[in-house]
Amino acid sequence: MSTTPTTSTDAALTAGVPTPPRRPGDRIFSGAATAAGIGILVLLAGVAIFLLQEAWPAIKAAPEDIPGGTGLVDFIAPLAFGTVLGAVIAIVLAVPMAVAVALFITDYAPRRIANTLSYVIDLLAAVPSIVYGLWGIAVLGPAALGIQTWLADHLGFLPFFAGPVSTTGRTMLVVGVVLAVMILPIITAVTREVFARTPRIHREGALALGATRWEMIRMTVLPFGRSAVISASMLGLGRALGETMAVAIILSVSGVVTFNLISSTNPSTIAANIALDFPESSGLDVNALIASGLALFAITLVVNMAARAVITRNEDASR
Amino acid sequence: MGTLTGGQTLKLHRLTALLTACGALALGVAACGNDNTASGGGDTGSSDLSGTIAGAGASTQAAAQEAWAAGFQTKNPATTVSYDPVGSGGGREQFVAGGKIVFAGSDAALEGDELKGAQKRCGGVDNLIEAPVYISPIAIVYNLDGVEDLQLGPETLASIFKGDIKTWNDPKIAADNLSAKLPDMRISTVHRSDESGTTENFADYLSVAAAKVWKFEVSGDWPVKGGEAAQGTSGVVGAVESGSGTIGYADESQAGKLGVAKIGVGGEFVGPSAEAAAKILDASEETDDPGTFVFTYKLARDTTESGTYPIVLVSYEIACTAYDTPQDAELVKAYLAYIGGEDGQKVAAEAAGSSPLSSKLAEQVQAAVDAIGAT
Amino acid sequence: MSALDLTATPPRASLVRGSLPSWGPRGLTIGAAIVALGLIAATDVNAALVLVSAVVLCGVGLYAWSRAVEGARTATDRGVTFLVSSAFALAIAPLVSLLYTVVSRGFARFDYQFFTESSRNVVGAGGGASHAILGTLVITGVATLASVPIGILAAVYLQEYGHGRLKRSITFFVDVMTGIPSIVAGLFAYALFALFLGPGIRLGVIGAVALSVLMIPIVVRATEEMLKIVPNHLREASYALGVPKWRTVVKVVLPTALGGIISGVMLAIARVMGETAPLLITTGAFSSVNLNPVDGRMQNLAVFAFNQYKNPGVQREPYFDRAWAAALTLIVLVMTLSLVARLIQRRFGTETR
Repeated sequence: MSTTPTTSTDAALTAGVPTPPRRPGDRIFSGAATAAGIGILVLLAGVAIFLLQEAWPAIKAAPEDIPGGTGLVDFIAPLAFGTVLGAVIAIVLAVPMAVAVALFITDYAPRRIANTLSYVIDLLAAVPSIVYGLWGIAVLGPAALGIQTWLADHLGFLPFFAGPVSTTGRTMLVVGVVLAVMILPIITAVTREVFARTPRIHREGALALGATRWEMIRMTVLPFGRSAVISASMLGLGRALGETMAVAIILSVSGVVTFNLISSTNPSTIAANIALDFPESSGLDVNALIASGLALFAITLVVNMAARAVITRNEDASR
Repeated sequence: MGTLTGGQTLKLHRLTALLTACGALALGVAACGNDNTASGGGDTGSSDLSGTIAGAGASTQAAAQEAWAAGFQTKNPATTVSYDPVGSGGGREQFVAGGKIVFAGSDAALEGDELKGAQKRCGGVDNLIEAPVYISPIAIVYNLDGVEDLQLGPETLASIFKGDIKTWNDPKIAADNLSAKLPDMRISTVHRSDESGTTENFADYLSVAAAKVWKFEVSGDWPVKGGEAAQGTSGVVGAVESGSGTIGYADESQAGKLGVAKIGVGGEFVGPSAEAAAKILDASEETDDPGTFVFTYKLARDTTESGTYPIVLVSYEIACTAYDTPQDAELVKAYLAYIGGEDGQKVAAEAAGSSPLSSKLAEQVQAAVDAIGAT
Repeated sequence: MSALDLTATPPRASLVRGSLPSWGPRGLTIGAAIVALGLIAATDVNAALVLVSAVVLCGVGLYAWSRAVEGARTATDRGVTFLVSSAFALAIAPLVSLLYTVVSRGFARFDYQFFTESSRNVVGAGGGASHAILGTLVITGVATLASVPIGILAAVYLQEYGHGRLKRSITFFVDVMTGIPSIVAGLFAYALFALFLGPGIRLGVIGAVALSVLMIPIVVRATEEMLKIVPNHLREASYALGVPKWRTVVKVVLPTALGGIISGVMLAIARVMGETAPLLITTGAFSSVNLNPVDGRMQNLAVFAFNQYKNPGVQREPYFDRAWAAALTLIVLVMTLSLVARLIQRRFGTETR
């Protein structure tokens, strides 16, 4: 691969970086780095092959043999819907919040407090997902009952809040909020780190030109951190899409497709459904579950393609 | 350049040193970790059994298995028994696959390919052991202020869980509870969101005892759309507790402070209890056993026998009479003997709230145990 | 940083126009809070509703006041400051609630016995989680040892060496990898080992492999992001001194980004340490101490907590207490680790600003 001097030099030239001298150490090091990169591809290929191989019997199977009796698409569609719905709620809530928190820490809070805060938030990234789940049913669900009733009473004309309201608070809305709380520390941690590294000269330049703090942030910090925000959001989205235990513990699932976020009949998510049904499944049911895992894989693939496209466009502008 | 490189090298060296120190510390911590074998072994450590065996399967048995393992390990300090509550399906699959686990717990009897696979693993039709060891009543739990002794006939129960009866003051419920003041409140049914043996046994009961109402296919998956779903017994109990006007089904030992309904059997209403649950196996017929040591039962859910509680979960232990190593055989033999014996059933009753085996069943287990290692 | 703090009320503005008194924003916020709390205490209107409207009114009021006195630009600045601060407060509230829940419930069994004893021969109350704590350390340790070098090297490849199709596809597939549901990673690791060691196999190292699958993309992503912002002039200066590229990367680029890389790695460790689903199906349940990842089953804290919660005995409380204490222990473990990481960062990191 790039261990041959010619390609490497070409790369350096196209990247506009001066060509450094080459030594044997260079070959070894770049070889190791390339190998690590290829290793990741091999690992992922392994996962993909495993998924395909295990999902194949379900893809080939007759519709009536799939759980539900009407085929694989009917089996996966409500689950995929639930997965995307939960993750969208989470990302819509979490990204603006995470950017605000990161900005607060880097630019608004006094330095001493900021350090403590960022430390506390890093810690929260470590809270195991089942704890988020337990917190969701023990604290957030009951606490959200009032708000959900209020939403149903006052905004009931929107399909999201049509009700009837769940009496236990174990709804899609609560799951979305729990997922948001869960991915917030992850998005914040990455974003904060990059915001803090906005070149000082840019910040001071903006301020010296008379910009207010917000104008400075808008002109220097946000453009500098845009790619990081998107990439951190992808990390968060990945976790929200694939979250298993918290959703399995909290959500009252019922294999339906509905935008109603506050009733006790909610669509399940792919990952939660695997966790819920896998232990007692055998034979073709297992294959169907793994096929749903493959579908989740595909969803992530599409989402990432979109995000990549956005980042590449932004990178061209900011370099 | 020189100073820069020197400084950085120094830093990296220090980093390496620090990481090494961290590693050493971790090892130190690890070395400090002790097992409380000493505390447990003080009582009756007199056997010469030693080694490790592993089982896997139904999570319904988890609490009982924990108690059994503790009791067995206390008696035989050099042994270790582990049980992985992966679920019945997982347990059966691992057992059939062979080698790594020597016994499995299952809420349902082996059937079809799995039965053939298990017989093959054990090396013959008569080498497979399948015996009921854990019998536990499933309670109908509810949370309804002011209603203490709810009584429900099978068809009323089925209609409630199917969603046909929607409020608590429905005439059908009132007919069974003449003295109770039933509120005009929406019924929220709570069922398991995960596939489970508890669901399968409850649905099986409904399909037999209320065949006119409950026409769904019986499986571990809850068939009705709608209603509240929660993961695991703890989840169902939690949801019933936190809601109002809620009703669900859960292992009797976990009912806690919740109301427990009495179920119509024949002309009377019976609550779940260890004795009432144990009676059902006596009233049931053994299935056409596919082997000498396979003791599986078709439960008589529609029994009218007085004092019998029909919503019962029976969990089986699956094992072989012969193993690759004599040590495995010896350990499984001793462990199963302990489980099926008086002591084992007693600790399970205390720790998991199960019903002790009747003497007839205990004899069957003993017969199977005697066969282990004999061939 | 200190330069920023002076800009809360830019001096230039005060020369041209009036500015709010220094107590202005704070006074308004405190006033609104007092009114809102008073309303909640005195009447029985929905507390959340009152709080939300108080915050909104306070923000709008501040903006309008500032706009009248100081002009549009400063008003926007104040408005954003208020918005960011209240968003921060809103975001931090559930996190604080979560932390409080874990600490208050976990404290019941956060005792000496919990750390020194295992669950061997324990039924009902008592017992500890030393086996699970050690298992978590071993499994996470192995996973970290496997994924950090691969992750950092791959990021170096992407940022310093990579080009063309290979770079693009690795970047893309690393993204895809972040989306692997944890339970699928577990199924994959299990299937891989079952292929060679027979079905039904349960080992600590299988769990570590599953965790590595989850860790690697996080490490790559964080490292890449950090390498990206290492100023190019540092590399150029190094090349100009005749330093070979690999030494430039090892001695200049990586140390410069070290702080960020370490926090990325910490994030990855923190992320996988509490992972339950993949370990549930790979490492098995075990109530005694086992420190050997390649021999026999191994318990870990997340699975321990899950099983305690899911399969309690007749007396539920001791089981739930142990589950919460295990969760608290996980958080404390990560806290300790990240303290160490901060220490490393402070000593060996290089400031870029």
